[in-house]
Amino acid sequence: MSSRRDALRKIFNSAMIAGSGGLVWGTVASSAAKSPLALRPPGALVDDKFVQACIKCGKCVVACPYDTLMLAEVTEDKCLGTPFFEPRKIPCYLCTNYPCIKACPSGALLIDNIQQESEPANIENARMGLAVVHKESCIAFSGIQCDVCYRACPLMGKAIVLVKEKNEFTGKHANLKPVVNSDYCTGCGICEKVCIVEKAAIFILPVDLVTGKTGDHYVNSWEKNDEKRIENRETLQRSTDEDVESAIEYLNSDNELFEE
Amino acid sequence: MTLDRRRFIKRSAAVAAATAAGITIPIQDIKAASSAEGNWKWDKAVCRFCGTGCGIMVATKNDRIVAVKGDPLAPVNRGLNCIKGYFNAKIMYGEDRLKRPLLRVDENGNFSKQGKFKPVSWKRAFDEMELQMKKTLKELGPTGIGVFSSGQHTIMEGYAISKLMKAGFRSHNIDPNARHCMASAVVGFIQTFGIDEPAGNYDDIEITDTIISWGANMAEMHPILWSRATENKLSNRERTKVVNLSTYTNRTSDLADLEIIFKPNTDLAIWNYIAHEIVYNYPDSIDWEFVNKYTEFATGVVDIGYGMRTPNHPKFTDKEKETVRNEESKVLSEDEGISLSYLGYKAGDTMEMKNRATSVKHWRITFQEFKRGLKPYDVNYTAKVAKGNPSESIDDFKKKLKQLAALYIEKERKVVSYWTMGFNQHTRGSWVNEQAYMVHLLLGKQSKPGSGAFSLTGQPSACGTAREVGTFAHRLPADLVVANPKHRVFSEKIWKVPFGTINPKPGSHVMKIHRDIEDGKIKFAWITTCNPYQNSANANHWLKAARTMDNFIVCSDGYPGISAKVSDLILPSAMIFEKWGAFGNAERRTQHWKQQVTPVGAAMPDIWQFVELAKRFKLREVWGAQPIPGLDGGLPDVLEKAQRMGYNPNDTLYDVLFANKEAQSFAWPDPVGKDTQNTEAEGDKRDVTGSDDKPFKGYGFFIQKYLWEEYRKFGLGHGHDLAPFNAYHNVRGLKWPVVNGKETLWRFNSKYDSYAEKAGVGDFAFYGKALKEIGQGDLKALKPALGKYKLANRAKIFFRPYMEPPEKPNGEYPFWMCTGRVLEHWHSGTMTMRVPELYRAVPEALCYMHPKDAVKSGLIEGDLVWVESRRGKVKCHVETRGRNRVPQGLVFIPWFDEKVFINKVCLDATCPMSKETDFKKSAVKIYKV
Repeated sequence: MSSRRDALRKIFNSAMIAGSGGLVWGTVASSAAKSPLALRPPGALVDDKFVQACIKCGKCVVACPYDTLMLAEVTEDKCLGTPFFEPRKIPCYLCTNYPCIKACPSGALLIDNIQQESEPANIENARMGLAVVHKESCIAFSGIQCDVCYRACPLMGKAIVLVKEKNEFTGKHANLKPVVNSDYCTGCGICEKVCIVEKAAIFILPVDLVTGKTGDHYVNSWEKNDEKRIENRETLQRSTDEDVESAIEYLNSDNELFEE
Repeated sequence: MTLDRRRFIKRSAAVAAATAAGITIPIQDIKAASSAEGNWKWDKAVCRFCGTGCGIMVATKNDRIVAVKGDPLAPVNRGLNCIKGYFNAKIMYGEDRLKRPLLRVDENGNFSKQGKFKPVSWKRAFDEMELQMKKTLKELGPTGIGVFSSGQHTIMEGYAISKLMKAGFRSHNIDPNARHCMASAVVGFIQTFGIDEPAGNYDDIEITDTIISWGANMAEMHPILWSRATENKLSNRERTKVVNLSTYTNRTSDLADLEIIFKPNTDLAIWNYIAHEIVYNYPDSIDWEFVNKYTEFATGVVDIGYGMRTPNHPKFTDKEKETVRNEESKVLSEDEGISLSYLGYKAGDTMEMKNRATSVKHWRITFQEFKRGLKPYDVNYTAKVAKGNPSESIDDFKKKLKQLAALYIEKERKVVSYWTMGFNQHTRGSWVNEQAYMVHLLLGKQSKPGSGAFSLTGQPSACGTAREVGTFAHRLPADLVVANPKHRVFSEKIWKVPFGTINPKPGSHVMKIHRDIEDGKIKFAWITTCNPYQNSANANHWLKAARTMDNFIVCSDGYPGISAKVSDLILPSAMIFEKWGAFGNAERRTQHWKQQVTPVGAAMPDIWQFVELAKRFKLREVWGAQPIPGLDGGLPDVLEKAQRMGYNPNDTLYDVLFANKEAQSFAWPDPVGKDTQNTEAEGDKRDVTGSDDKPFKGYGFFIQKYLWEEYRKFGLGHGHDLAPFNAYHNVRGLKWPVVNGKETLWRFNSKYDSYAEKAGVGDFAFYGKALKEIGQGDLKALKPALGKYKLANRAKIFFRPYMEPPEKPNGEYPFWMCTGRVLEHWHSGTMTMRVPELYRAVPEALCYMHPKDAVKSGLIEGDLVWVESRRGKVKCHVETRGRNRVPQGLVFIPWFDEKVFINKVCLDATCPMSKETDFKKSAVKIYKV
């Protein structure tokens, strides 16, 4: 673990680069300050808002006891001077006292973002990204008894669960396949860090990039509380009383039916 | 035809799987698969790590290991592995493999205890060893030397070093690290059945419908077996039940239908509760035909101490004495006042430990007496004693105990109980092993397919080498013991050494070797294939003794670890695939492999090291009269007898023990070794400069095969039959006894075991020969007047009471501290911590703690803390989440990490019967650094 002095020096270097030429700074500023692949510290505002709010002071980087957080340099496509982390190098260890958030003076990292309703703030509510498993390179899918990511997960059994399945090749063993549950995954990236294959088979991507959205016209009968998901939807309404022109037009163009 | 990578992988796997299943596949697919593997050579081998004994295939290219795969033909794992197995190829070539002998020397190159390690030649290394060993033998006799042996030795290595020590140097101061892991299991087997090792086999996992794990985190420690258990559960969701009994929640609980968290040491009470239920409330569940025909009831002494030294030892600190004083006498607790009331004790009484030296004493009792002993263990008493999670309600706990008993008792239900270190590393470890058999025997659920108490082992050859070869201070091969004169004569015949050569007095077990070094009674020790200075409890004592006292310690190893660090001479050893070898796993399966590659640097196989040392000793130097402390008259001079046998006093131990006429008759080359190298037999391409400063060109005969075939003679016809050497090279292991080429699936069951059938007493025969003539008495004492009782072909059902461990948490040391393992690392981590991927996965040992305890101690996740006991302290980080979820009042800290040297904290109390250390129960305090 490098010392705080090193972290400060790093911040200083970034600042120097930032200050050294208007051209460089201008380029970065004009790229609309959007860097969709960057993983941000816990409690961060959603990307655009985060970049706008972050004053690039580096205080969160200094506060991080694991040297997880780094400040983006000019060569990185992550908006110069903003904090980010690379889990395969150093993941976020989910400090229960979230020193990075506490250190943020600008509100780019917000305690509110790790708070749910009336509960006290809890680092387990952080959503820095979402773990994704590449099943072809994950050796657990072929029956190796690995589950390193599962055991390393701070929310073991919730954020990563093991799906047990009979191994049809051997007939007498079970495969234990890691499956990520996005309801719980914080995106801390400890799984990515510990994955024992050459290039991690489980890795963190920004939540937005890897989540889909179910249509709100259908409710899953087997899923408890699925109705809640569509609670706020407005009524399905695409046609109005007057809007029948297209139907009439369709009915009137019958020539095609008789073409030979 | 080019194959892309994915298709190649798929095809290879398909071919292997099809072969395994006996399925015919299109010939072009086989061709594609073998050509894709190119100029690699694949050969069968065994995983280096645990006692599961998975088969692997090893690929070599240009005389280097390049890859491994699970062996699809191996019945244990059928082509799968866990992640340690996955990295077998990567343990071989770590950057800091030891490649040359290293000796502590001063500036002039002379040995100096204070010197720094410098590379030396093999000759210089053996010169120093010879000098130091002879000096010690002259000063102290055969008991002045000791060997730390291993459950990771190959069978032939264990046999060679055992023969050298016991027949050559006439010393039984050889004891394996296996003492730390399954000695209590052995005592349980010998006392109950009269013969070592499990009756069942891994097929039980599929056949049974109840898997009960006691003090064994199988999910992490035996992952391949656990995946078989998981498959059973998956395929029979309703019928199959899984129970995890542990002192904390672990990965094994994930699959469990029932989890029971108990207070440390109270497994003793829980077993008695189950027996109480059977005997008092469900007497119909007793299989009386089985019990009457095949068993006897027994009990033994309880005032046996805790395997510690007595408090007057000058090297104990005052703090240590607070615990050690229990060795001589203990004030009984409230719970013990009830459990020991049958002996006339009550709470607050002081029990004098009068049977410390006679702890294995036991005698036959009646069923009525047995039943009387169980009286206190009703659900109320047991729940009060055993509930381990303070946040669980007593009613919930009682409910769980009842469910557990019901599973055992249900008539039609098959039950297998599995255990490892939780039972064995226990100051009453031998008892709790016996209690498992107690319940299974009462119910007649033993030695049947799918039913039985099954002791799992930790090390890859704890069974095959340590136990079967008998590399213990009191043992000889095939369950023979040194204290039995007939066994000594039998061994002397096979070893072709004069009668009277073998010392009748057992040597020092592992903890005693450490203690003897500290007491100046052992001054030469050889550590081979183990790491005793990291793996032994109360380490501060032994580290200091090694480095500051007048002694000479040699360490043979593949990688530098703590033991090498405190040694005086380090010898570089060839690792598993760099030599011929064999391991024996937990289901009695013996598996051989061939040398795959040349060793690295100047590293040499351990057999070579033992045999080269043997060359340095002439018969007249070791076979004259020898003083043995505690043995009147010492050992006789056997030189005259030796001469009559045709030996010359100037013959070396090499000539007599390893290169005799019989040995030379095993020719090399041998067809079984076609296209395979054999460093010991023929040297190798390196022409390593040997112990005589000349290039080593090999012994010229097939020494490994000789050692195997000679070793085999011990067990043939005695229930330990092994197959001929060559047989194992055509199969994926065989479960002994192998009779007429057939392996034995369920021992003691006449349907499967020819020895049981031959006994002719019925469907079962517990034919083990040891301890089958015992005295008789009542629950309280042996009554010599009742005479001796013979119980051939019967097993014993022991009554053993609940007792507490010698150290418990108190106000000053408020936490139980339990050590153990993680899946990612093997033992002391010398191999797996050097695999970058495994290191990255688990780089350090953490202190698993309950979140509420952390808050109470003013700690948060990730804090660096001191963990301190009466013996020592270590620094480590706090973990309140993750794989091990401990109850309040208990912490778990694994021991693989030499930087979190937890054995400095652990108490070196042992089971007095098995001499196995209890690593699971120390009292500690925890505070922020």
